[in-house]
Amino acid sequence: MSELRPQKSVVIWLAGVAVTVVVWFLIYGQLVGIANWIISIFGLSRESQLGEALHFFFYDTPKVLMLLVGVVFIMGVIQTFFSPEKTRALLSGRNGGAGNILAALLGIVTPFCSCSAVPLFIGFLSAGVPLGVTFSFLISAPMVNEVALALLFGMFGWKVAALYLGLGLGVAIFAGIVIGRLKMERYLEDWVQKIQAGHLRPEQREQLSWVDRFESGVHHVKEIVGKVWPYVMVGIGLGAGIHGYVPQDFMASFMGADVWWGVPVAVVLGVPMYTNAAGIIPIVEALIGKGAALGTVLAFMMSVIALSAPEMIILRKALKPQLIAVFAGVVATGIMIVGFVFNWLL
Amino acid sequence: MKQIKILGTGCANCINTMKMVQEVAASKGVEIQVEKVEDLPSIMGYGVMSTPGVVIDGVLVHSGGVPLRSKVESWL
Repeated sequence: MSELRPQKSVVIWLAGVAVTVVVWFLIYGQLVGIANWIISIFGLSRESQLGEALHFFFYDTPKVLMLLVGVVFIMGVIQTFFSPEKTRALLSGRNGGAGNILAALLGIVTPFCSCSAVPLFIGFLSAGVPLGVTFSFLISAPMVNEVALALLFGMFGWKVAALYLGLGLGVAIFAGIVIGRLKMERYLEDWVQKIQAGHLRPEQREQLSWVDRFESGVHHVKEIVGKVWPYVMVGIGLGAGIHGYVPQDFMASFMGADVWWGVPVAVVLGVPMYTNAAGIIPIVEALIGKGAALGTVLAFMMSVIALSAPEMIILRKALKPQLIAVFAGVVATGIMIVGFVFNWLL
Repeated sequence: MKQIKILGTGCANCINTMKMVQEVAASKGVEIQVEKVEDLPSIMGYGVMSTPGVVIDGVLVHSGGVPLRSKVESWL
């Protein structure tokens, strides 16, 4: 009996997931109709400003939350196959561009919380992961995250999400290679340099069953979606306001594609702000509807996520100011290139 | 009396972990002494790469993310 039970609950899980997927797609296909129906209850149509704003809100909120739940669940399951310890073992001693590429890719799937940036950073270095490769990981992990990708996909379609994925990885790889070439190891704080290689103990991971993996997917949804949903609501609320009330092409004059200084200004403005992709993308979508260029707003978004002042204060515990300055400078340059490329392509 | 150390630099997850440990201990009637370790060199001394980490009587039992409640219950 006890041997049969785990298998049985895998079947229950698989059936549950299958039913959920079907229901998910059925509802997802009806969202425009549902939003129209809700605003018709209020006696409004999309012709009026208030009606358009409310339609935006009632269409985008369920759409974005449903996408988030789906993508975050899948990511929660994928992440059970990875851990910082495994990633570190894969990256240890890898020099050259291949190490940076691998590090940036692993940054997407390795479970990572920005509050552990410093322990992870030191853990990587002490196990012989080169400095540049470590930076590729640290830049990619927060920037190319599933929440940003799910929201971009929901609001702009797969092409923009794929471009963001590719260019975000590009920034992480490029910045890591540059920092590696500059040989900045002596700009680590002294106590970091003293930590001996091999001091870290290998962690014994327990064998996970598929039930554990599904459960941790659900746990991941509770944790991430539970944390970001208020930001999404506020973001969509603000976005709805912009959508209904800001005049068409209002943004074109200072955030349009032909305003060359738009991208650098967006990057600089992003640094002191600290929020997550969930709150900022709905606003971004609304701004673009009013004539802002996609590259400019994406540069702003990347800058808010990857170059936040609070994160630099955390990193300052392990890095000397010169290295922080180089890190910020290189990443900012990479983001600006992304902004210009987006504006030029789209 | 169990000596429990919560390793972490003071982020929300570390505080949640500490609260959960205290709650579980209170509900099970286990006497514990909880200490927060926020100093980075000592956190690194336990070989932890992702915080929060949990150390019980000198042994690292968990690292990375808020532990599941069932896991905390099994420690106490």
